Amino acid sequence: MHAAVCDFILDCLQNSIEAGAQRIKLSIIETQHRLSIEITDDGCGMTEQELKKAVDPFYTDGHKHRARRVGLGIPFLIQAVEQSDGDWKLDSEKGKGTRLGFFFSSDHIDTPPTGDISGMLLQAIMFDGGFELEIERRLEKDGRTDGYSVKRSEMIEVLGDLNDADSLIMARQFLKSQEEDYLLEKEDLIEGDR
Amino acid sequence: MAKMTLEELRKLRDSKKGELDKRDTEGKSIHIIIGMGTCGIAAGAKGSLDAFLDEIEKNKIKNVTVKQTGCMGLCYVEPTVEVKVPGMPDTIYGNVNVETARKIIKEHVLGGKLVDNHIFDRPAADIVKK
Repeated sequence: MHAAVCDFILDCLQNSIEAGAQRIKLSIIETQHRLSIEITDDGCGMTEQELKKAVDPFYTDGHKHRARRVGLGIPFLIQAVEQSDGDWKLDSEKGKGTRLGFFFSSDHIDTPPTGDISGMLLQAIMFDGGFELEIERRLEKDGRTDGYSVKRSEMIEVLGDLNDADSLIMARQFLKSQEEDYLLEKEDLIEGDR
Repeated sequence: MAKMTLEELRKLRDSKKGELDKRDTEGKSIHIIIGMGTCGIAAGAKGSLDAFLDEIEKNKIKNVTVKQTGCMGLCYVEPTVEVKVPGMPDTIYGNVNVETARKIIKEHVLGGKLVDNHIFDRPAADIVKK
């Protein structure tokens, strides 16, 4: 079971990459009472039947861990979402791709902590492969909208090989700056609430 | 800190590019592979990754490749890290918390000495690539 919302997101992104997606879109939108996540990919997709199995904890396709009899990624996510008054939706079309959306109610006591978003994004872009990851992060609170968007391809274009430690250090600084600034603004808003 | 733009990131990169170009990467690079499966993350692998990057930056170590991998099959000693340094045996370390990560850079990568009490050199059979 994951501790933070970021861990769930990273897990789902990894699913998309393993499904052979070339283009993945991730949006993280925070409003007054909700943290909403949407992940859309153009991976291998699932049939209606496979989709039903994906939410069953006692089903796994057995490709990744041959001896394993459970597949807990999506089931645990659903459990975490449902126990904190959130909701989720999973759509997929075989051969076309998958869309997973879920939200957590920010003020529910069982909502997991958000976690380290910039660290999670760094991990997401450093996965192997030639996939594109478009990240959209938005804060919509008190009628104010702010945020940023980043593309993996842009970062590779600027930094080169993302497994090189120097590139990673710069990428980390870049992502942190997006998020730190963003959090400061969030604090301002909280101050404003008082 | 203000949001860094892609242009600023490019400038930062260009300012380091001189150093990057001078590298002779053929067979001389250091590989650090961190287990980032659910078990690794639950055990604090994110902190270890951060610590490795911090130390690499602080000690200005060049030619380092940092990668993440899934579960190495050693969930009981996560976070696990595989370290490959030219001239040293490839080593899998277990229980690599922030402190041990810093120690690995200092002793293994810079000092050429294995870090005691954290060596788990054999990966489980089911993850060995055939």
